[in-house]
Amino acid sequence: MGAIGLKHYLVVGAVMFVCGVVCMATKRNGIGVLMGVELVLNGANINFVAFSQYTALQLDGQVMALFVIVLAAAEAAIALAIALNFYNNHLTIDVDRGDELQG
Amino acid sequence: MTAKELLFWMFALVACGGSIAVVVSQNIVRMAFYLIMALGSVAALFFLLNADFVAATQLLIYVGGTVVLLVFGVMLTASGPYLKIKTSPADGVLGAGVGVLFLAMILATVYRVDWGNTATRAGAGIAAYDASIASNYPPEGNTARPLGWALLGVRPDKDLGSLTGELSTGYLLVFEIASVHLLVVLIGAAYLARAKRRIDADANEKGTG
Repeated sequence: MGAIGLKHYLVVGAVMFVCGVVCMATKRNGIGVLMGVELVLNGANINFVAFSQYTALQLDGQVMALFVIVLAAAEAAIALAIALNFYNNHLTIDVDRGDELQG
Repeated sequence: MTAKELLFWMFALVACGGSIAVVVSQNIVRMAFYLIMALGSVAALFFLLNADFVAATQLLIYVGGTVVLLVFGVMLTASGPYLKIKTSPADGVLGAGVGVLFLAMILATVYRVDWGNTATRAGAGIAAYDASIASNYPPEGNTARPLGWALLGVRPDKDLGSLTGELSTGYLLVFEIASVHLLVVLIGAAYLARAKRRIDADANEKGTG
């Protein structure tokens, strides 16, 4: 155990990142894929803020974390609009059905 | 074990467990709930890292905004038989295997690096620079004002007491780009969400006319 250091936060970030990647790869529900993206971005954010606290990155890490949060919100809005369009066209949110763009 | 360590272990456990539950769960509504738990714990971890403004933003925008948006998406798309779309067992086993290997790779990397020396190796004079920072920038929270300055392109937290005499760069341009980006996203999302209805109206006009 010992004192809480940089490594502990990096491990938490790594677990969230890998969970997000596996979620993106295995979920067939389009909204579930979006949740995987959120997990990935949060794992990266933990790393940014941990580095801003424990290394010479200082405040810049927190600024980067803020921009990541803003971009994640924008990405969620656009991706949700695309998912709703997909649902309107296919009457399901199963991403395995979106296989028409073959070529 | 101090209270801070206890809080860290508690929230780290909830964050990791919530993320794993999001992957394992097959019900989309429960996935949203586990996601809220994980993101809330991440906000608590930000508080423990003295990043109070980022933590508050995480709570407001992620837990209060993005997840609610996702839940709306679930409500609009999860009808009857599509509430549960199961991952096939073969895909699940394959994904778990690749995920464990990936996690092992990242953890091996984290534990091989000597993080204590990175700050001093990153550049010349960083140790003295850190000392000057510590003298006029208290590291315990209260980050809203320095963050606001940084977003406006001013870095008094770095430049006051700087030994090099060069001014640091701020984030004014990035801030403006993010503003325009949000405007474009707003218009784009509205257009995408309305496109289907507009096409239907065109088809109806052509059909009747």
